[in-house]
Amino acid sequence: MPTIRVSANGEAALETRDVRVRYGNNEAIKGITMEIPRKRVVALIGPSGCGKSTLLRCFNRMNDLVPSAAVTGEVLFHGENLYADHVDPVEVRRRIGMVFQKPNPFPKSIYDNVAFGPRLYGRPPDLDDIVERSLRQAALWDEVKDRMNDNALGLSGGQQQRLCIARALAVTPEILLMDEPASALDPIASAKIEELIQQLVEHYTIVIVTHNMQQAARVSHYTAYLYIGELIEYDDTNTIFTAPHEKHTEDYVTGRFG
Amino acid sequence: MSVERHSLEAPPELVARRRRGKVFQYLCLSATLVGVVTLVVLLADVLIDGVAWLTPTFFTEFPSRIPARAGIKSALYGTVWLMGLCALISFPLGVAAAVWLEEYAKKGWLQTVIQTNIANLAGVPSIVYGILGLAVFVRWMVPFTGGRSVISGALTISLLVLPILIIASQEAIRAVPGSIREASYGLGATKWQTVRHHVLPNAMPGILTGTILALSRAIGETAPLIMIGALTFIAFVPDGPRDQFTVLSIQIYNWASRPQPEFQHLAAAAIIVLLMLLLSMNALAIWLRNRHHREW
Ligand SMILES: Nc1ncnc2c1ncn2[C@@H]1O[C@H](COP(=O)(O)OP(=O)(O)OP(=O)(O)O)[C@@H](O)[C@H]1O
Ligand SMILES: [Mg+2]
Repeated sequence: MPTIRVSANGEAALETRDVRVRYGNNEAIKGITMEIPRKRVVALIGPSGCGKSTLLRCFNRMNDLVPSAAVTGEVLFHGENLYADHVDPVEVRRRIGMVFQKPNPFPKSIYDNVAFGPRLYGRPPDLDDIVERSLRQAALWDEVKDRMNDNALGLSGGQQQRLCIARALAVTPEILLMDEPASALDPIASAKIEELIQQLVEHYTIVIVTHNMQQAARVSHYTAYLYIGELIEYDDTNTIFTAPHEKHTEDYVTGRFG
Repeated sequence: MSVERHSLEAPPELVARRRRGKVFQYLCLSATLVGVVTLVVLLADVLIDGVAWLTPTFFTEFPSRIPARAGIKSALYGTVWLMGLCALISFPLGVAAAVWLEEYAKKGWLQTVIQTNIANLAGVPSIVYGILGLAVFVRWMVPFTGGRSVISGALTISLLVLPILIIASQEAIRAVPGSIREASYGLGATKWQTVRHHVLPNAMPGILTGTILALSRAIGETAPLIMIGALTFIAFVPDGPRDQFTVLSIQIYNWASRPQPEFQHLAAAAIIVLLMLLLSMNALAIWLRNRHHREW
């Protein structure tokens, strides 16, 4: 039995109930039940291939885009199952945003990158304000305010990733899912992202996948340790890294394997 | 003295191996030369025969029984009409089919069957398309096409280039990285919005290149057009899609099959024009491809 000592006390941003994901015959997530508290940072850690990305992609139905993936169980968002028949995945993804491992700006101007999301739903009259606000939130505004029409591919890797965060924020999601957002970046750029996460959590719920233990320890309130598709332990970040209840967790966080 | 060899010179056994390698290399080189030399000789022959006949009147006159007054006006107009209509018909059809196959179709047996069919259609001899065009466009759809008309020819040639165009467009669409699609879907874009704003714009240079290359293959087609009855001798230019027409390749065929040497020169001159058209289309395609080359 997993050790789960995180409860949202009715304040869950997301709640999973026995979520399972299969890719063909390979079961990648083997029944995970957990709560993600609101306006907190939750880190998902575990060895490569344990299913962190797969679980994260369940939270905004990105797995729908993988033809071989089949999801069962429930993911509750405001008490509503994301996988219920009447739910539209497009709306889900607007409310629950995602930042990917490799920065993936569109080959368009910086402005158009951020404006793309808001424009999907019409022609917001205050688009300039939305773009500026999102870029400020992503701590990128000062670096790009004079070159809004330059191609986003001309930015540095760290800037590109913050642009992707700004782009995700521009559609005002409630939850931000981040899959190793800093793994392609140098330590300075990655420190900036961490700082950013700590600011964003005032307004957003953040779930972050990371391979970097120190990073998980620094930015998250709670940490979930996954191993081969199962949730082994989910607790305060502090407890996970200093006094985990499971031997397996301890071995992993102290670097004895994985 | 030790019997060990310290020299790094090639031992006799290696010399023999080397020699066999050289023989193979020269065999391959001569195979290449057979093709290149033949092409150069042909081109030189055509140029020598035809250049002197490339006068301004050659472009402004209709074909004539008197070689000195004969020109390619009707054939040139016909070719431009045919290619223009063909592009208008095949481009939207081909791109839409490619988008469906790449972005919408569920991977399954139906998709596999369609895909295999398209690949096979790309290899069907063009005369077969001519027979199809004759039956469907010239005979059956005569109230719409007007029979042996430029639109019948364009529809026939469109069928011929469609498989090539679809395959080229699919490749261009597939080259758009998945991360771009994920970013778009992740922001709450629908499939259509993703295709419209990201997939198509990023695939467009590749699609255009493929279209031009497909059309440049069609520009020299003769057999299917003879089949559907493009005329070999007309002294007017088409005014509309339902008019009769001729094209450069048929004009060349017609002149080249006449006994008088003057007509051979006319044929050579027309070949030069056709080759110039072809080469400029290919150059445009290469330019497009290089201009939009992007490292993802
Ligand atoms: N698209 C896919 N098709 C088939 N199997 C997949 C697919 N994506 C992931 N898997 C499998 O699911 C399992 C979990 O993969 P996942 O990418 O979620 O792991 P991860 O914990 O994110 O690993 P990493 O730390 O390397 O990113 C792996 O066994 C993987 O091979
Ligand atoms: Mg992963």
